[in-house]
Amino acid sequence: MAIFLNKDSKVIVQGMTGATGMKHTKLMLGDGTNIVGGVNPRKAGTKVDIDGTEIPVFGTVAEAMEKTGANVSVLFVPPAFAKAAVVEAIDAEIPLAVVITEGIAVHDSAAFYAYAVEKGGKTRIIGPNCPGLITPGQSNAGIIPGDITKPGRIGLVSKSGTLTYQMMYELRDIGFSSAVGIGGDPVIGTTHIDALAAFEADPDTDLIVMIGEIGGDAEERAADFIKENVTKPVVGYVAGFTAPEGKTMGHAGAIVSGSSGTAAAKKEALEAAGVKVGKTPTETAKLARAILAG
Amino acid sequence: MDLFEYQARDLFAKHGVPVLAGEVIDTPEAAREITERLGGKSVVKAQVKVGGRGKAGGVKLAATPDEAVARATDILGMDIKGHTVHKVMIAETAPEIAEEYYVSFLLDRTNRTFLSIASVEGGVDIEEVAATRPEAVAKTPIDANKGVTPEKAQEIVKAAKFPAEVADKVAAVLVTLWETFVKEDALLVEVNPLAKVASGDVIALDGKVSLDANADFRQPEHEALEDKDAANPLEAAAKAKGLNYVKLDGEVGIIGNGAGLVMSTLDVVAYAGEDHGGVKPANFLDIGGGASAEVMANGLEIILGDPDVKSVFVNVFGGITACDEVANGIVQALELLKSKGEEVTKPLVVRLDGNNAELGRKILSDANHPLVQRVDTMDGAADKAAELAAAAK
Repeated sequence: MAIFLNKDSKVIVQGMTGATGMKHTKLMLGDGTNIVGGVNPRKAGTKVDIDGTEIPVFGTVAEAMEKTGANVSVLFVPPAFAKAAVVEAIDAEIPLAVVITEGIAVHDSAAFYAYAVEKGGKTRIIGPNCPGLITPGQSNAGIIPGDITKPGRIGLVSKSGTLTYQMMYELRDIGFSSAVGIGGDPVIGTTHIDALAAFEADPDTDLIVMIGEIGGDAEERAADFIKENVTKPVVGYVAGFTAPEGKTMGHAGAIVSGSSGTAAAKKEALEAAGVKVGKTPTETAKLARAILAG
Repeated sequence: MDLFEYQARDLFAKHGVPVLAGEVIDTPEAAREITERLGGKSVVKAQVKVGGRGKAGGVKLAATPDEAVARATDILGMDIKGHTVHKVMIAETAPEIAEEYYVSFLLDRTNRTFLSIASVEGGVDIEEVAATRPEAVAKTPIDANKGVTPEKAQEIVKAAKFPAEVADKVAAVLVTLWETFVKEDALLVEVNPLAKVASGDVIALDGKVSLDANADFRQPEHEALEDKDAANPLEAAAKAKGLNYVKLDGEVGIIGNGAGLVMSTLDVVAYAGEDHGGVKPANFLDIGGGASAEVMANGLEIILGDPDVKSVFVNVFGGITACDEVANGIVQALELLKSKGEEVTKPLVVRLDGNNAELGRKILSDANHPLVQRVDTMDGAADKAAELAAAAK
């Protein structure tokens, strides 16, 4: 069953005709994703040939949805145009918009998130600044390598792309129901809590791995949520114990401000909620293995 | 990016927030002429990006132009909580202050919206007021798309219980302060204190602004606000090469791909260092997904240029980019540096995992570089890099 994305997902790509969009559309197709169209107003009506597959290009998200029944959009739109593209997806009421773009101004992401809420929350936004999500063996919406692992019963939610890959690799023999990269920006559409709730409800998920990093209080709130609402075992990892105060560590949201947002506080909150937290990604994978082995 | 007070003041003025006249200088003598122009007296204010400068002696009144020069002489070069004062602002003296308030707009990450914080108890640390007397601090969520209209400003003023006689004036300041927040792509705009003076006017006497670096593409004027003198030279050099680098105080140079993996690498090295004389990571450096030879060479050049670095840990997980490409990138980078006369002289530990890891490892083994060691697990490689750094210390 997996979460947010499955074999029936019909995916369109906003920004498909750019270099990054083309590269990853090809990879997503290779992973079995049902890509039904691209969106580019200047190339509407044309078709793009990707390894023998003809992908139609539509002028708008609404038109693409009407003609193809698309229910997922993956966005590879540059930062300056990302807000308009996400707003267009929200206006079209597409159920899932996956925003890969890194470097979106926070006034733009706050604006499109508020707009999605105002429009009744019909569009789930994942990202921005994220690798997207994958349901191995079924569909891949984003840039997560599709060949790291196979279908299985672990659910993964992570702020970081490469740590997502690392963890999928560590546990590749067990496999994943879905892996969701929620992104490293200060304002993101889908949180750890949203993914935890979905994995808790997913009959195909037996254990959840949650990866966090410094900045904000998302992990602390996820810990509260786990305490009250999650019955499945959760294993955690937090990156950034050695990060100095006041420095942005690669991700726009990864910053310790004063005494808030530290990795130590996050680890402590997760452990207080009964989550086993690993010191390194490898140790975290071992903890997950031990629980699954009973 | 956090700004100095004088830069915040300039942005406030640009968007119509009432401020006092002032100019920034870096030599004491310049205080004389400015003070003369300001009517013979002034306030000399240290420009440092840290709170509590008043208590530290960084803000002084000057009753004459000569005194302004003397106070500027005292304050320039002063150390305030580890920050050296390189600039002072010579500001107009405030008219008699009747009351001090606090107003700010900021990003509320928790609720994924913007927030107004306002209090009639300003002039002090607002976090302390919020902790001890939460009822004195009004927090009002602001819809990013609706913004702060005059009506919303009145709502904030009422929530914070501003006195009736200043309500309209404070509301007007809130509208202009919101303009500053939005038009400058700020993450924080704070006025503390917002002073009510004897005439009944309200004036921003001090302020903080923090800007969103992700908005630089549409804020070309923000580049000039960077404090280039204060930047670490290695950080400045890395930035010029488009690298995401943060200097830290350890001995193990770190290169990795992806912000999360690099943060994790720092932690794993620090743990490993506990067994090796307490060595620590020397830097954060994320070379991103592609990891071409050129980017790898640029990264190595920065790291090897750091005299604190005793060993280097290259930690790459091959995702979309295959490890054989990354391995070729490393080998070519070493050749590139050699041809530039910057041959690698410090031991390198390389861990490659993921897509085509076997091929990548073979390329490194075949290259057989005397200073490059392959360790195939992240924890093992971190331990080796820490051990080598400790041995070279």
